[in-house]
Amino acid sequence: MHEMALCESMIDIVEDQARREGARRVLAVYLEVGALAAVDAESLRFCFDAVIRGTVADGARLEIDRPAGQGWCLGCDSQVSIGQRFDPCPLCGSNRVQVTGGDEMRITELEVE
Amino acid sequence: MMCSVCGCGTGDFDHDHGHDHHHHDHDHDHDHGHDHDYGAGPAGAHAPGLSQARMVRIERDILSKNDSYAAENRRLFTENGVFAVNLVSSPGSGKTTLLVRTITDLGGDLPVLVIEGDQRTSRDADRIRATGAPAIQVNTGKGCHLDAHMVGHAAGSLPLDGGGLLMIENVGNLVCPAAFDLGEAHKVAILSVTEGEDKPIKYPDMFAAADLMLVSKIDLLPHLDFDLGQCLDFARRVNPDIEILPLSATTGEGLEAWYDWLRRGCRAALDRRIEALDRKREAVRRMAENLGAKGRAM
Repeated sequence: MHEMALCESMIDIVEDQARREGARRVLAVYLEVGALAAVDAESLRFCFDAVIRGTVADGARLEIDRPAGQGWCLGCDSQVSIGQRFDPCPLCGSNRVQVTGGDEMRITELEVE
Repeated sequence: MMCSVCGCGTGDFDHDHGHDHHHHDHDHDHDHGHDHDYGAGPAGAHAPGLSQARMVRIERDILSKNDSYAAENRRLFTENGVFAVNLVSSPGSGKTTLLVRTITDLGGDLPVLVIEGDQRTSRDADRIRATGAPAIQVNTGKGCHLDAHMVGHAAGSLPLDGGGLLMIENVGNLVCPAAFDLGEAHKVAILSVTEGEDKPIKYPDMFAAADLMLVSKIDLLPHLDFDLGQCLDFARRVNPDIEILPLSATTGEGLEAWYDWLRRGCRAALDRRIEALDRKREAVRRMAENLGAKGRAM
């Protein structure tokens, strides 16, 4: 996906928050990026390093937590783990799996000083 | 121009006003020169403060900023009775050709407004303006998609208050635009038959996000090895609720169904505006009556 745009959006939020907290520097940004969020972590890191330059988060670490994909299969009424969106149910093979988790893209915490 | 939503000034992007956009003269065919250009916007930050490292819990969606601009756009469209559609596809699917034909065929019935997204040039907006429809070109620069902030600015330069149809032609890209809500009523994915029937399962996020899929250039089907049934099957696999309309902007086949879909949407948008105006009128009338009664008592 468009990791650069995500990083630009992220840095906006980080700067807002840093200002609000009266922080001098942001040392680390903690993300939760689900396995189904169609975001490549390596690409995100690469763009993050480019986007933070000259901002309050210059030099900050990027910590990415990747929760696994979760779905509810309407075919067999079960909670299942899925590797990709639109994967069939690993138990019954049905395509009617609704994503219930693992598609989030969230900034959870900042480490500031 | 100051942005009413974000408060950003003109420094955020180049905004070239060639003429007064509130009084469009649709007869002239020169370049209206009213385009938005997005380049790099360095963000300066300073923050006085504490010296000890600490953790701050924030829990914010990365796209939350985009989503709040999108909500504001949606409110603006609803208030004005504008039916906004976000057209997404690969480059070369025939979006602009379909748009031009749609404006030509529908423009007599209702106002049609266009926002054109491309990385560079105003060629597409020029093609649209040649039909007489107000069009704003947004150049995303390095960006691979339109975002709600850009669309909000562009919409501010269009005569929305007459209601009608707003067609937002996104940057040709089947990946990124899926994630960015622009405040539209529907995403419409266009898939041309020259692209191959497996696009919906190769780029599932986009076809899952769309409410309608137009299968375009069907006049070329006799020359191609394209399995239309298989294509519809793939689309429904990633989105069981998707509506599908095959059409050709060249021969006109299937266009009437597309126009009906647009007319229904526009009609619903106008009905909502009428209801809102009725409510407002009623509130004002009650206020006046109340004042009238007290006025008589004095």
